[in-house]
Amino acid sequence: MAIGWYLVVSALIFCTGAGGVLARRNPLVILLCLELMLNGANLALVAFARMWGTEAGQVFALIVMVVAAAEVTVGLGLIVAIYRRRLPVDVDELSELHG
Amino acid sequence: MSAVLFFIAALGAISGAIGVVMLRNPFYSVLALAFHLVSLAALFLLLRAEFVAAGQVVVYAGAVMVLYVFVVAYVGGGEQLPSGGVLRVLGPLFAIALAVELCIAMLGSGLAGIKGKGAPFIPGFGTPRHIGKLFLTTYLFPFEAASILLLVAAVGAVVLARRRRGLEGAEEPELRVRAPRPAYTGTMAEAAGIRPGAREEEPEPEVETVGSAHGADEGGW
Repeated sequence: MAIGWYLVVSALIFCTGAGGVLARRNPLVILLCLELMLNGANLALVAFARMWGTEAGQVFALIVMVVAAAEVTVGLGLIVAIYRRRLPVDVDELSELHG
Repeated sequence: MSAVLFFIAALGAISGAIGVVMLRNPFYSVLALAFHLVSLAALFLLLRAEFVAAGQVVVYAGAVMVLYVFVVAYVGGGEQLPSGGVLRVLGPLFAIALAVELCIAMLGSGLAGIKGKGAPFIPGFGTPRHIGKLFLTTYLFPFEAASILLLVAAVGAVVLARRRRGLEGAEEPELRVRAPRPAYTGTMAEAAGIRPGAREEEPEPEVETVGSAHGADEGGW
């Protein structure tokens, strides 16, 4: 398959994730949608690595996976802390820092 | 053959992504994300990124998904939040507009590299041997920075999610008042027949100042 089709798939995954981040209200699902966006970027990076025949893009994708794992641990820790303090698990209600 | 595999994997990846966004129950969203990740690993394999695909399956679809499942099981599905507001309409519209624009840009571009099938295959491209050599020579600094980042994230998650006494104690102080009660009820020493007078040498805790004053003349002890 041409590299362009991989890029189209990555763009679709990224846009799905972006729409989910904007539309959903559960912070768990928002974290999942962030994962989708990172995965879309990862697919584009690996596709470009294939296009150029160098492995730098794959190294970058691995670093992105590391950053995603770190983001997931901190985000899930935040969600557990929110739940422990009996606050609503809803990003629209958690607006204490909002302006 | 590769075209068929590409279509199957791409369909799986996109449907998994849509499932993550559309499903109402967060647990099903997590399962859809796991399906999406496995399909994406197949796409990585088609792009000859073997090590990235293996890492995707082991780290993402294995470890991170287990973390998600645990947190969903702990927090629970939550009440099904009703959709509403401006962003609920504008978000999908923005996503669709972005997708259309990106597809036009990708498919309509005149770049020769995107139309082709990629660079000629080098033996060993994407194997752990090559990636590891790159990580320990050219990209040594990002490698170390990533390890420090993981350490910081692990410590931060533990600090965030631990059972804390400091912050919550300020709002709701722990009630430790020992209410007065009749003799021979309660402690194991009394159950064993030791008279309450036998433990008079124990220092009484200082906290029972509130209830014990009028509790004593009500005749408990």
